Amino acid sequence: MPDKIAFLPPKKSVLDRRDIIVADLSDLLPKGCLVSEPRGLVPFETDAFIAYRNVPLAVALPETTAQVAAILKYCSRYDIPVVPRGAGTSLSGGAIPQSDAVVIGLSKLSRILDVDYANRTATVQAGVTNLNISEAVSADGYFYAPDPSSQLACTIGGNIGMNSGGAHCLKYGVTTNNLLGVKLVLFDGTIIDLGGKALDAPGLDLLGLVCGSEGQLGIVTEATVRLIAKPEGARPVLFGFQSSEEAGSCVAEIIGTGIIPVAIEFMDKPAIEICEAFAHAGYPMDVEALLIVEVEGSEAEMDAMLASIIAIAGRHGVSTIRESQSANEAALIWKGRKSAFGATGRIADYICMDGTVPLSQLSYVLRKTGEIVARHGLRVANVFHAGDGNMHPLILYNINDPEDAARAEEAGNEILKLCVDAGGCLTGEHGVGIEKRDLMLHQFAQVDLDQQMTVRAAFDPHWIMNPSKVFPLEGRPAA
Amino acid sequence: MQTTFTAAQLADPHVAESEAILRKCVHCGFCTATCPTYVTLGNELDSPRGRIYLIKDMLENGRAADEEVVTHIDRCLSCLACTTTCPSGVDYMHLIDHARIHIEETYRRPLKDRLVRAVLAAVLPYPSRFRLAMRAARLGKPLAGALKRIPFLKTFGVMLDLAPPSAAPASDSTRPGKRPAKTEKRGRVALLTGCAQPVLKPGINEATIRLLTRLGIEVEVSAGEGCCGALVHHMGREEQALVSARRNVDVWTRAIDDGGLDAIVITASGCGTTIKDYGHMLRLDPLYAEKAARVSALAKDVTEYLATLDLPRLEPKRVSVAYHSACSMQHGQKITMAPKLLLKAAGFTVRDPAEGHLCCGSAGTYNILQPEISATLKARKVKNIEATKADIIATGNIGCITQIATGTAIPILHTVELLDWAYGGEKPEGISALS
Repeated sequence: MPDKIAFLPPKKSVLDRRDIIVADLSDLLPKGCLVSEPRGLVPFETDAFIAYRNVPLAVALPETTAQVAAILKYCSRYDIPVVPRGAGTSLSGGAIPQSDAVVIGLSKLSRILDVDYANRTATVQAGVTNLNISEAVSADGYFYAPDPSSQLACTIGGNIGMNSGGAHCLKYGVTTNNLLGVKLVLFDGTIIDLGGKALDAPGLDLLGLVCGSEGQLGIVTEATVRLIAKPEGARPVLFGFQSSEEAGSCVAEIIGTGIIPVAIEFMDKPAIEICEAFAHAGYPMDVEALLIVEVEGSEAEMDAMLASIIAIAGRHGVSTIRESQSANEAALIWKGRKSAFGATGRIADYICMDGTVPLSQLSYVLRKTGEIVARHGLRVANVFHAGDGNMHPLILYNINDPEDAARAEEAGNEILKLCVDAGGCLTGEHGVGIEKRDLMLHQFAQVDLDQQMTVRAAFDPHWIMNPSKVFPLEGRPAA
Repeated sequence: MQTTFTAAQLADPHVAESEAILRKCVHCGFCTATCPTYVTLGNELDSPRGRIYLIKDMLENGRAADEEVVTHIDRCLSCLACTTTCPSGVDYMHLIDHARIHIEETYRRPLKDRLVRAVLAAVLPYPSRFRLAMRAARLGKPLAGALKRIPFLKTFGVMLDLAPPSAAPASDSTRPGKRPAKTEKRGRVALLTGCAQPVLKPGINEATIRLLTRLGIEVEVSAGEGCCGALVHHMGREEQALVSARRNVDVWTRAIDDGGLDAIVITASGCGTTIKDYGHMLRLDPLYAEKAARVSALAKDVTEYLATLDLPRLEPKRVSVAYHSACSMQHGQKITMAPKLLLKAAGFTVRDPAEGHLCCGSAGTYNILQPEISATLKARKVKNIEATKADIIATGNIGCITQIATGTAIPILHTVELLDWAYGGEKPEGISALS
């Protein structure tokens, strides 16, 4: 049985001064922007990685960048840990507090500041949801491309923290490929601007460094992102197979041939059943595995690409092919796919893996994943971004049964190690957070981590920013 | 999510039900995005996920409600947008119902709150008292501004503001008895007259009776029916709500036994959500469980029932309608298409306002009890509706009508009033300028 993942021990000096800290924070914030009552703090104890929980010291909900800066300046002066939080949808526990931490929630920073069609950019506050950006520019024919399944709720700030991906990133790239600039508050309250409105900016690519830094290098309060013109048309097509291996090898050949559809999503039978129960999208129920392949462009472009894909699928034993016939049907197909994790709650608790593997290894890793989970006496549902090789086995378990929970965690660890051993990595888009922190030494040598921590220390010398996450507790530089 | 109730706690069927609801939540956070109070206030404690957590913590620890918890539960509109969004199927409605009952049983509100709630619970469900109060309110309207400046009396000032400038006299539509079909009879329904609606806008049920009888439907107003109980139910006054529910179940059971009913037609979607829940509310009452389930199964929103009658498609009119879907319609009863399809078939051009999933802030007595949040939501709703540049607003709930009417000059009508007009009835009041 694995040990529970440890958080840093709380600093007694901070806990002892709780009342003073709360009083000071309330001076720095407008009324209604600080949560400090014990009852009110409990709902902030976790995010979407619910196996781990810590009630924080206080939750600050600033309304401006200046207030974020004032809180950070205060916390760094008194060595108080800080945990940033967007919508709290992290699947790796990136927003789980520690008991001596001040959570800085960006949910009140929810305004779209500027839409600049001439430069095809939008500048938004960090608490704006991913989907809000696309909705704000949709009527003018644009969208923001990275689309995590939680895009309805997750914030752009959180997306930057985790360098989030999504179904449509196969063609358009992940957050880092669509992020042009940020306003960043450093640990001591200094406010800096990185990047701008162009794809490249002069100087060191600090923007690239910040994207995916999991709230450890600073807190993003504003972001400028790239807008993309909507395609002429888009069509999701369902390809059903009688085995996961066939579906996996089909994906490998599509990508290997050099065809890049907008999205290739994979669902196995348990996932299909879960998603259909919520979305009623009309997924085929008589198949063992399903690919949702979306093509876009003009009718002729879509037809041409589809013809190539259908030919490939035919060589891999495809048993059902169905094109969506209407915008409504397409929306339902995506609604089902994007609700997969939450909809799993209908049948069980789950932990969601996020390993990424080379496509040539997809079928092998799928098979081994099934074996690992079965060996632990659990069930698995697979629903993931196949085109990117970004796998999301959902390990189903009963969180009220501690032994079941421990087995699920152990199975998860084995699956992630399997991904690394297959030439992949621990996380495709959900981030390391607390969940994968202690597996980092399976991915990196200590010398690699030392180098990353040296960079980290340049931004946060005293390790107050989300300090329990990402880097294993052992092997850290002495404080 | 993980729960830690003891076996003794789970012996209480209400706790057992809440535990089952909580176990379905996986804390994904999707619900926050479509919650009107989270979108307005930006604090997770004012979101479904935050409230679910507060309720779980309170119930698990068997603790009396306290000010912190009550503040955030009270801010919930019960719009149920979260239940439309939730992929896991968390039954938030029955969880928050349980929490409200727990609050009512274990928390002593400040005097002012108790007073306001007692007045609302004693007046609104009773048409005769409510009509009297409306008359008094019209006389008192000039005092609204002054009252709102006195913290203790502010809520009463808000009530005066909401009272319409004129009230209709008691309507014949509330008189018990049968209205025979005017064409060949093809159905028989009971029509809920309810409580506040016939006082505020009797024209809605008058239009319903005209339309249905013209379509060959016998309409009965059953003697003894009254308020569905929703208003007090949402205040956690469960016993009072169950008294209303049992009375209506008895009345409609008699109507079912006496000639059968194809439906119990409801023209206020807020009431519809509650009547459709009678089966659940009375599930533990052996004398009523079965009868209540039968009544709930027959309960239909008027548009839901009309959709079964195959109304003829009419020539297009040059009238555009912004359809505002009441929360109790789209989230409570999951009726989304029927009203719009009926309006389109009747020749209206239907427009969907942006952010249609967000509540207008009416929410039963919410606009009285939470006036600030309610006003913010009203302004947002009106802005989205006015952006459609429609001639008329249509909706299916009296609460929304009252709320939105105080924020815009665009006339707002019940969907059935427009349908009655289109299918041969008189033109509704207030839209004489339209062709």
